[in-house]
Amino acid sequence: MNLALAAIPGLPMLSATLLILFGRQIPRSLGAVLGAGSVGLSAVLVAGQLLAYLDTPTVVTATLWTWMSVADFSAAIAFHIDGLTVVMMSVITGVGFLIHVYSVEFMWEDESFSRYFAYMNLFVGSMLLLVMADNLLLLFLGWEGVGMCSYLLVGFWYKNPANGAAARKAFVVTRVGDALMALGLFVLFTDLGTLDIQPLLLAANLNWEVGGTVPVLATALLLGGAVGKSAQLPLHTWLPDAMAGPTPVSALIHAATMVTAGVYLVARLHGLFLLAPATLTAVAWVGLATLLLAASAALVQQDIKRILAYSTISQIGYMFLALGVGAFSFGIFHLMTHAFFKALLFLGAGAVSHCLHHELNIFRMGGLRTRLPVVFLSFLIGSAALAALPFTAGFYSKDGILLSAFTAPGIGPWLWAGGLLGALLTSIYSFRLLFVAFFGEAQTEPDRKPGLPMAIPLLILCALSLLGGLISQPLDGVLPDAGHPQVPHLIEWISIGVPLLGVAYAYYAYIVRRPSSSPAEAGGDSPVEGFLFAGWRVDALYNLLLVTPYRTLARWCQGEPIDHFYNGVVSLNRLCHRGLAALQTGELRWYATTFVIGLIAVVAIVLRSAP
Amino acid sequence: MSLSLLIFLPLLGGVAAWLAERVNPDLPRWISLLTCLLVLLVLTSSGLSALADPASSQWLLYSQTDWIPRFGISFELALDGFSLLLLVLTFVLGLIAVAASWSEVEERHGFFQANLLWTLAGVAGVFLAMDLILFFLFWEVMLVPMYLLIAIWGHENRGYAAMKFFIFTQVSGLLMLLAIVVLAWQGAALTGKLSFSYGDLLGLDLPPELAFWLMLGFFLAFTVKLPGFPFHTWLPDAHTQAPTAGSVLLAGILLKTGAYGLLRFTVPLFPEASQTLAPVAMLLGVAGIIYGALLAFAQTDFKRLVAYSSVSHMGFILLGVYAFNELALQGAVMQMVTHGVSTAALFMMAGALQHRLHTRDMRKMGGLWQQAPRMGACAMFFVLASLGLPGLGNFVAEFLVLLGLFAVAPWMTAAAAVGMVTAAIYALWLMQSAFQGQPDDDRQMADFGVREMTTMAVMMVALLWMGLYPQPILDLAAPAVQSVSNLLPANTLVAGVAP
Amino acid sequence: MDGLLIPLEHVLLVAGILFACGLGGLMLRRNLLFMLMSLEVMLNSAALAFIAAGARWQEADGQVMFLLVLTVAAAEVAVGLGLVLQIQRRYRTLDMDAVTRLQE
Repeated sequence: MNLALAAIPGLPMLSATLLILFGRQIPRSLGAVLGAGSVGLSAVLVAGQLLAYLDTPTVVTATLWTWMSVADFSAAIAFHIDGLTVVMMSVITGVGFLIHVYSVEFMWEDESFSRYFAYMNLFVGSMLLLVMADNLLLLFLGWEGVGMCSYLLVGFWYKNPANGAAARKAFVVTRVGDALMALGLFVLFTDLGTLDIQPLLLAANLNWEVGGTVPVLATALLLGGAVGKSAQLPLHTWLPDAMAGPTPVSALIHAATMVTAGVYLVARLHGLFLLAPATLTAVAWVGLATLLLAASAALVQQDIKRILAYSTISQIGYMFLALGVGAFSFGIFHLMTHAFFKALLFLGAGAVSHCLHHELNIFRMGGLRTRLPVVFLSFLIGSAALAALPFTAGFYSKDGILLSAFTAPGIGPWLWAGGLLGALLTSIYSFRLLFVAFFGEAQTEPDRKPGLPMAIPLLILCALSLLGGLISQPLDGVLPDAGHPQVPHLIEWISIGVPLLGVAYAYYAYIVRRPSSSPAEAGGDSPVEGFLFAGWRVDALYNLLLVTPYRTLARWCQGEPIDHFYNGVVSLNRLCHRGLAALQTGELRWYATTFVIGLIAVVAIVLRSAP
Repeated sequence: MSLSLLIFLPLLGGVAAWLAERVNPDLPRWISLLTCLLVLLVLTSSGLSALADPASSQWLLYSQTDWIPRFGISFELALDGFSLLLLVLTFVLGLIAVAASWSEVEERHGFFQANLLWTLAGVAGVFLAMDLILFFLFWEVMLVPMYLLIAIWGHENRGYAAMKFFIFTQVSGLLMLLAIVVLAWQGAALTGKLSFSYGDLLGLDLPPELAFWLMLGFFLAFTVKLPGFPFHTWLPDAHTQAPTAGSVLLAGILLKTGAYGLLRFTVPLFPEASQTLAPVAMLLGVAGIIYGALLAFAQTDFKRLVAYSSVSHMGFILLGVYAFNELALQGAVMQMVTHGVSTAALFMMAGALQHRLHTRDMRKMGGLWQQAPRMGACAMFFVLASLGLPGLGNFVAEFLVLLGLFAVAPWMTAAAAVGMVTAAIYALWLMQSAFQGQPDDDRQMADFGVREMTTMAVMMVALLWMGLYPQPILDLAAPAVQSVSNLLPANTLVAGVAP
Repeated sequence: MDGLLIPLEHVLLVAGILFACGLGGLMLRRNLLFMLMSLEVMLNSAALAFIAAGARWQEADGQVMFLLVLTVAAAEVAVGLGLVLQIQRRYRTLDMDAVTRLQE
């Protein structure tokens, strides 16, 4: 049992090691088999776990070895498999496997083919460790591990310094969150004496009172980590830039799995968050603010991947909103459906750029509906699910979130209204993308069509995005049961109708009154559009407040200011030396004279002090 | 017997290497290699047999011979798990330093290897000596050959750097000598017997005022060596100018003697006085972490950047030692070992780059991954280790330090956690400016060969092992660490830094 | 007291004057030869003081010291004249203000 569990993250990691060691020696096809096959194998193993869990929902634990044990602290390399873990593992290996297969064709011509698969496998392994971890330290290992893989893959094409900058930004910004999360772990350990998740939750229930200082502090710090990794306000700025990596990377890491780790963390530790209602409310507000900011920024982007990136930020905002109002299972449900349709959209975007000479600007596409029908189908279904049109996967999850938000005590209607506005924006920007890129006049002719390794994952994801809403997740007993929220019918109808309104507006604006010329490169003509295009200029703010001062400080200190002190001592020494050296003229008579004067002085002193 | 062998073997090996150059210029490095291997053999065999059959006392092995009985000075050596750990690190890094100097040294091979081995002998003596005068003697013994290594085989500004290194260490060492003599004299006044033995001087009932000043003497000597902020300015110069093997020894081992001294002498000899100083020491630690990281980011010289990263990492040791609990102390011990390995590797990388490109200026690098992917991958590994990626040894160290520290000084911990971010900034900047970016197509550069890859692989495996299964190391150091943490009531909130 | 025709104080006064003369000469003359001669005068003034003291206390030590001073003076002259020759040869002068190599 231990071995089978260990093999789930172990296989991709083993494959990554082999690819790193022998990547240059083995042929591409073998690298592809190794890279995709290892993830496929662990997907099979995960399927076994899933079936077993569906059959009899029992928690499986396995301890491989003691990681470290010092004084009263101990952490093990140990796994804890329950319903939530099984859902996450299925999403990671399932969607991950499809993306790996897709990547075989997408990356075939790249000179660093094996390096790519090595990093991707390493990522899948780390992500699996993150969700399988039995204690927060191992979770943190996976947490930082996926961050590292994200860094490696965003900067995969390292020759372009802009990619390197994006990769560093992604790592450093998320590291801010990670540092907060580490502090959260310290608070938890200091207060509760353990980092093993289950005993921790028990101890918290016993020792903490609802709304106490320590629970709020600890969960707020953990929230900091979640916000960093999941690209929520105020640490969201790295995600749009992270699109510098290969598109399947964006699909896997920056849409389907890694960025939802924050959602997983909050859901996994919901027992702690329920003891800190203030933090939970903060989670909801963070989610709402992020989803509105990101959705409005997505409205005016021109780069297809940037639209999807802002959309991802915004959708994770919905998940945070769900978590914040206590609808944990809806949050995880949306995490799953979002993984399906956002992976689909990203892979579709990858297919477009793959076939269109690496073109990413939607205003230079157009008319792709007839030229790339498979991709069009993907985008149609993906956009529908993203906009939460009825009966798509996104509809079930997002509707659940909105209605749960409405029932939240006190602030419910406000959250609901905000979420609804977000839903309107979502449907507008997703169909704007579809209408601009796939309808109208063709601007660029595709030079090839996606082959089978790309088409099949797209079609499978299409099916999942359509039907994924019918999957019932085995989350009973793991997360508190939200049930279907009871709201007035009017509210329900409004929630369903608003996205359709958005689609209608997009149709009017981008099909009926299709703009004759593409907007300016900098993102539109009015200052409002420019403001939205720059993501509300948060980046500029951070540059002003943090980046520039740090650089300036570094430049000031470059020459080691502390050395001025030691150099001062040296100078003083040298000054004394000069002064004394000046006495040493080399003139014999001067020496004799001073000698005599000295002698007289000594004798005088001796005589004076003699009794 | 085997303990003095650990010191005299490298001493004699050094003499042999020096003389052997006349026979054949290739001979000295083989002699060094063999000497290090031999010492490691002696060390592991005697260490393992002692571990299998633990004596009842504090020490695994102990030996004492009279030296100057009139003044209570004896040739007293002792080994426990903590010093065993550091000795293994010393001679493994010694091997690596020999490997690093294999093709780099171009003149006076024999004398170079002799100095290398003598430094190792001095360090071994420092880790073993239990008589304070003997300890001071070895403290000086390791200084002189290292000075020569920098001054003779260093880079362009070697004279200045060597002199600065020497003066900083010497001045602070003299303060320690003064403290040692006064301490022994005071001990004689209290017990009626003049002795410089560690065991005799422990637990003396010193007047608090005097104890504080004596503690300061030790503290300064060790903090300069560590180096702690603001006594670190010798380090960037010395590291940058030293030949690769010298940098490896300096960063890998010599800095650890400072940390060892704090843990072995300063705190146990003066527990209460150390506690008084703890807030200041912690503040210096935090300042070092952030200041070192900031300055590392500001550098354009590869080696200088790595040198400042050492300043930053050593801050964690100060924090760990002065948190006075087992978690943080174990973290400090781990940091000594893991930092020794990861920084040694980065200095080897810098040396390899300088050997190939004849520059350390990162503005003249860029895109090296294209020409040397193996170097790039190794650099990435060690850079990630250095920024504290979980799964590698450095993370375990820093995590334990901060976890232990949080219980006693939460605000200090929060400030030190800023180091997690700043470390990422300089480490990734290093990677970007040397290995990523647009490659220069005219540049011809050889990738790592078998010898270099072997040494790198040894260090990678070591870091992975320490990151995923550090328990053997923690167990080995546990008795020494517990004896320090038991000196003071556990989890005492340190005055002045508690919330 | 009976062994002395001249009181000790007078002899010491003469010795002191001699010493001062020598010292003055040493400090004021620039020629190395004269400086050497001044040194001799100073040595002899010391020797005179020894003799007088020896006679005053009827002790042989004064005489012994006088012999030692004589030897020293002889040795000094030998070395000193050697130096004078060397300096004359190297610098073509005996002006000590011009010879300042001691500075380094």
